[in-house]
Amino acid sequence: MAPLATLILLMPLAGFLFVLINGARMSERAIGTVATTAIATSFALSVAAFVTLLSSSSREVTVQLFTWISVGTLHVPAALLVDPLSITMSLFVTGISALIHLYSMGYMHAERDYRKFFLYLNLFVFSMLTLVLANNLVLTFVGWEGVGVCSYWLVSYYFDRDSAASAGKKAFIYNRVGDVGLLVAMFLLFGHLHTLTYLSVFASAGTLDPTVATLVVLALLLAATGKSAQIPLFNWLPDAMEGPTPVSALIHAATMVTAGVYLLVRMSPVLALSSGGRATIAVIGGVTAFVAATIATSQKDIKKVLAFSTVSQIGYMVLAVGAGAYAAAIFLMVSHAFFKALLFLGSGSVIHSLHGEQDLRKMGALAKFLPLTFPTFLVGWLAISGIPPFAGFWSKGDVLTNVFSYSKPLWILGVVTAILTAYYMSRLFVLTFQGTERFREVTHGADPHESPWVMTAPLVVLAALSLLGGALDLPWVHHNSLAGFLAPTFGYVGAHAAPTTMAQVGLASVDVVAAILGLLAAFSIWRDRVSSTRYEKSFFEHVWHWDDAYDTVLARPLTAASEFAGAVIEPRVIDGAVTGVAVAVRRSAEGARKVQSGFVRHYALATVLGLAVIVTYLVARVG
Amino acid sequence: MHSSLWLSLLIAVPLAGALAAALVRERLNAAYRVAVGTSVIEMALSLVVAFLYNNAVPGAATFDFAGRWVLAAPFGLAYDVALDGISLLMVVLTALVVLLALLGARDTRREGAFVAWLLLLTSFTMGSFLAHDVLEFFIFFELTLVPAYFIISQWGGAQRSRAALKFFVYTFTGSAFLFVGTLYLGFAHQHQTQGALTFAYSALSSTAMSSGTATWLFVAFAIAFAVKSPIWPLHTWSPLTYAEAPTAGSIELSALLAKLGSYGLLRFAFALFPLAQANVRPVMLSLAVIGIIYGSALAAVTPDLKRLVAFSSLAQMGFITLGIMTGSKIAMVGAVLLMFNHGVITVGFFLLIGFIEKRRGSATIADLTGWQGPAPVLAALFTVVMLASIGLPGLSGFVSEYLILIGAFATHAWWALVGTLGVVLAALYLLWAYQRVFHGRHHGEAISDASARERWVMVPVVVLIVALGVFPRPVLDRISPSVQQVIEHVAPAGVSK
Repeated sequence: MAPLATLILLMPLAGFLFVLINGARMSERAIGTVATTAIATSFALSVAAFVTLLSSSSREVTVQLFTWISVGTLHVPAALLVDPLSITMSLFVTGISALIHLYSMGYMHAERDYRKFFLYLNLFVFSMLTLVLANNLVLTFVGWEGVGVCSYWLVSYYFDRDSAASAGKKAFIYNRVGDVGLLVAMFLLFGHLHTLTYLSVFASAGTLDPTVATLVVLALLLAATGKSAQIPLFNWLPDAMEGPTPVSALIHAATMVTAGVYLLVRMSPVLALSSGGRATIAVIGGVTAFVAATIATSQKDIKKVLAFSTVSQIGYMVLAVGAGAYAAAIFLMVSHAFFKALLFLGSGSVIHSLHGEQDLRKMGALAKFLPLTFPTFLVGWLAISGIPPFAGFWSKGDVLTNVFSYSKPLWILGVVTAILTAYYMSRLFVLTFQGTERFREVTHGADPHESPWVMTAPLVVLAALSLLGGALDLPWVHHNSLAGFLAPTFGYVGAHAAPTTMAQVGLASVDVVAAILGLLAAFSIWRDRVSSTRYEKSFFEHVWHWDDAYDTVLARPLTAASEFAGAVIEPRVIDGAVTGVAVAVRRSAEGARKVQSGFVRHYALATVLGLAVIVTYLVARVG
Repeated sequence: MHSSLWLSLLIAVPLAGALAAALVRERLNAAYRVAVGTSVIEMALSLVVAFLYNNAVPGAATFDFAGRWVLAAPFGLAYDVALDGISLLMVVLTALVVLLALLGARDTRREGAFVAWLLLLTSFTMGSFLAHDVLEFFIFFELTLVPAYFIISQWGGAQRSRAALKFFVYTFTGSAFLFVGTLYLGFAHQHQTQGALTFAYSALSSTAMSSGTATWLFVAFAIAFAVKSPIWPLHTWSPLTYAEAPTAGSIELSALLAKLGSYGLLRFAFALFPLAQANVRPVMLSLAVIGIIYGSALAAVTPDLKRLVAFSSLAQMGFITLGIMTGSKIAMVGAVLLMFNHGVITVGFFLLIGFIEKRRGSATIADLTGWQGPAPVLAALFTVVMLASIGLPGLSGFVSEYLILIGAFATHAWWALVGTLGVVLAALYLLWAYQRVFHGRHHGEAISDASARERWVMVPVVVLIVALGVFPRPVLDRISPSVQQVIEHVAPAGVSK
C-alpha cells in the first residue's frame, strides 16, 4: 500500500515539475498530454489502492513519509492515511480531474499561457490529494491552502481583466478568513489532546471538555464555510467564475469546494461530541442551500446560475453532515461531482461555440447545433433536478431522508430548495437549448459548432456517470454500497432509527413531486420569455445584497480606519509623540544655539554626557 | 568544543575586507570584487561553523566555539565569543544577506566606500551575534549604527539626510537605555560577588535581584531592542528609513539589524531578567499583537512598496515578539525560525523592489501596473516571496508562524487569537499590492523581464523558502535545544513550558 499511496500523491507533482522544467521547449499538445497522463496514472493507482484496501485486513493504513515538523510535544509527520474515506475522495478527485484535464486540452487550445494553465492544474490536483490523503490536520492544511492558492491563480488567470484579478483576490481572502477557523481548531485540539494526527485525535477525543468540543466544531465549520462557500463566506464563489470554465468545473464545482464537507466528515468523531455544534452545521447548510437556490433563479449568466447551484448543493451536503448522515453527504458529493462537472463542461462547450458568450439572453435553440453537448447536458439537468433514475435523485433523496428523521423544519426547507433547484435548472436549460435563436449577433450570423472530441468525450463519460451514479448507494442495497464501504470510518452511523421502506417510498415520492413541480413551473414561465422582472427578482439577482452589506459593515469602516491610522495616528500621534519628546528634551537642555543645529554629533555628544552623569551616579550608589 | 578562532575569523574577515576595499576604492570595480570575495569567504566560514557546531550531535545545547580574553580588567572589558543554535542561525543569515545584498544591488552601488561600509557593518553585526559578554554585545550593537548611518545618509534617496538622522537619533537614544542597564547589571553583580567587574554573559545571568529591579532593567534593555526591531510604537523611524535607504541598505536594516533587536530581546532582556516576566509579559504581548494589526493596517494603505515591506516587517516582528515573550518552547523556536525566514523573505522583497525601481525609477504602487504581462518571471519570483510572507504552508514562513501561534495559543490564547487575525491581514495587503502592481493591463514604456543575473541572485532566496518550508527539521533540531536551555534558565521564575 505504501508505494501505491505515495505514487498517487506524487504523480501530479511529477507532472507539475516536468512541465515546469521542460515546458518551455514542449509543444502545446505534449504539455497537455503529459499533464493529463500524470493525473490519469494517479487515477489508475487510486483504483489499485482501492482494490488493495478491499482485500486488506485493515481498513486504515498509515504511510509514513518523513518527519516534517518536530518541536517539543508538537510532532507533525508527513504521513498519509489510506482509509475508505480518503480512497473514495482520491478516486473521484483523480477521475474527474483526468477528464477535465483532457477537456482542457481542447478548451484552452490557442490560449496564452497554455503551459501555465496545466502547471496550476497539476499542482492543484497534488494539493487536493494532499488534503484528502493527509494523516493529520497540519498536512491537510497544506493541501487546504495549496488548493486555495491554485484557485487564486486560476481565477485571476486572465489577470489583465480587473474583474478577474479582483475575483482571485476575493476568493483567497474569503478562504483565509475560513482558514483562521481551521487554525484555531488545530490550536484547541493540540492544546487539549497534544496531537493533531487524525487517528490519535479520534482515540482521545472522548476526553475533550464539551465546551471545547463545541468550539472546535464551530471553528471547523468556519473553515468549511470559507472553502465550501457557505453562509457567511459564500459570495466569493460566483466571482470565481471569472476563471476559465474547466477550472470552474474542476475546482469550483467538483473538488475543491467540497473540501470543507470532507473536513467536517473527516472530523466526525469530534462532531459527535457536540450536538449543538452539529445543529449549527445543519442550519447553516440548510439555509445556504435555500438562499443560494433563490439567487440562482434570477441570474442571467449561465456560469453564475451554476455557481449558485453549487453553493446550494454543497449546502445540502453540509446539512447532511449536521444531521449526522456522513455517508449521504459523501454520496451527494460524489454524484454532484459527476453532474455538476458535466453541467459546467457542457456550459463551457456552449460558451466555446458562442465565442465566449455567457449571457443566457443571447443563447436559445442550441439543441440542434450541438448534437453531443445537448443530450449530455440534458442528462446533467435531469440528474441535478432529482428526476429518477438519475444519480441526483438517489443522492439527494438519501440526504433528505436522513434530514427528515433529524429535523422536520430543515426537511421542509430542503424540499422547497429541491423545487427551486428543478426550477432554476430548467430555466437555464430552456433558455440555453430551447426557444428562439438569439445568438446570431454573437456568432456574426454563423451556425454554432460542436466542440472537438477531447471536449465531448469527457461529457459522454460524465453523462454516463450521472445516469448510473445512483448505483453507488441504492437504498435497498446495504452491502457493497458506498455507505457500506465507508461504514468503518463512521463507526457509529445509525444515530437515528432507519425509516421504514414505506416511509422511504413516501419521502421519495415527495422528492419526485417537488422536482416535477419545479420543472413544470420553469417550462410554463420560460418557454416564451427571455427575461422578466417579475420572475427575476432584483433582490435575488443582487445576491440578497450580501456584498453591499459586507462593504458597508466591514470593508469601508476598516479601510477608513486604516487610512486614518496612516494619515493621522502614525505621523501625528505616534511619531509626533516621539519627536515631541525629543524636541522637549532638546529645548530643556537648550543652552546654546549650536545644540539646535540638529547635527548627529551633537546628539551623540549630549547623550554620552548624559550617560556619563547617570553612570557616575550609579557607580557611586552601587559601588 | 571547537576553537573560538572560527568565530574570530567571522568577525575579522569582513573587517579586513572592509579595509582592503577602502584601500583599493579608487580603482573601478576592484573594491566590489574584494567585497564579493570577502562575503563568499564569510559565507563559506559560516557554513563550516554550522557544520562543525556541536559535531551535529542531536539535542546538544552547549555554547560551542567559546573563548574569552579580558582586555581591560578595571572596566570589565572583555572579548568573549560563543555560539549556540540561536546565534548560529543568525550568523548564517548575516553571511547570506550580505552576499545577496552585494550581488543583487550591484548595478547601482559599486563604489568602494559603499562596499567598505557594508563589510564593516557585517563585521559588527557578526560581533553582536557572537558576543558572549553583555558589554561587548553593547559595543558591537552600538557600532553597527555608524556604517548604517553613512550608508543611508550618503547613498539614500531624496530625503536621505532626514531618514538617516531619524534613524540615528532613535537608535542612539534606545541604546542609551541599554548602556545604563548594562552598567547597572555589571555593578550589581560585582557588588554581590565582591569580585572583579565583569560583564560575562554566563556570570551576569545568575545575578540575584528583586523583581522590581529586574523589571526596570528589562525595560531599559527592551527599549533599545524595541527600537531596533522595531516593536510598536517605537517603529516610526523604519518606514522612512527603509524607503530612503539604498536597496542594499534597506536589506541590511530590515533583514539583519532588525534581528539584532529580536535576538537581543531573547538573549538578553528575556533570559537575563526572569523575575521581570510576570510584570512585563502582558505589556510586551499586547505591544506585539498591536504591532501585528497596526502594521498590517498601514501596510494596506501605504502608497509605496518599500514602506509596505517596512510595515509588513513591523507585523512580522510582532509575531517574533509574541513568540519570544510567551516563554513557550514551541512558540520561541518558531520565533527564532521566523527571524531567519523573515530575513530571507525581506531580502527577496527588497531585491525585487530594487529590480522594479531600476526599471521604473519608482517604487510607488500607483506608478506600476500590469507587470505580469511583460515580466512574468519577475511576477513569479514576487509571488513566491509574497506567498512565503503570507505563510502559505509548504513555504518557510508558514512553519515559523504556525509554531509561534500554536505555542502561544496554549499559554496565552487571547493574544494568539488576535495574532491569528494577522494571517488574514497579511493576505489582504500583499495580494492587494500584487494586484495593483502585477495584474491589469500594462501600458507606457516597455519593461524587460528579470535578467539572468537577477534570476540567479533570487535562486538562493527561493531555494531557502521552499527548503525550509518542506524540510525545516535540520534547522529546528539546532534551535530547539538552545531554546530549551534558555527556558530552563528562566523556568524557576515560573515560565510555563
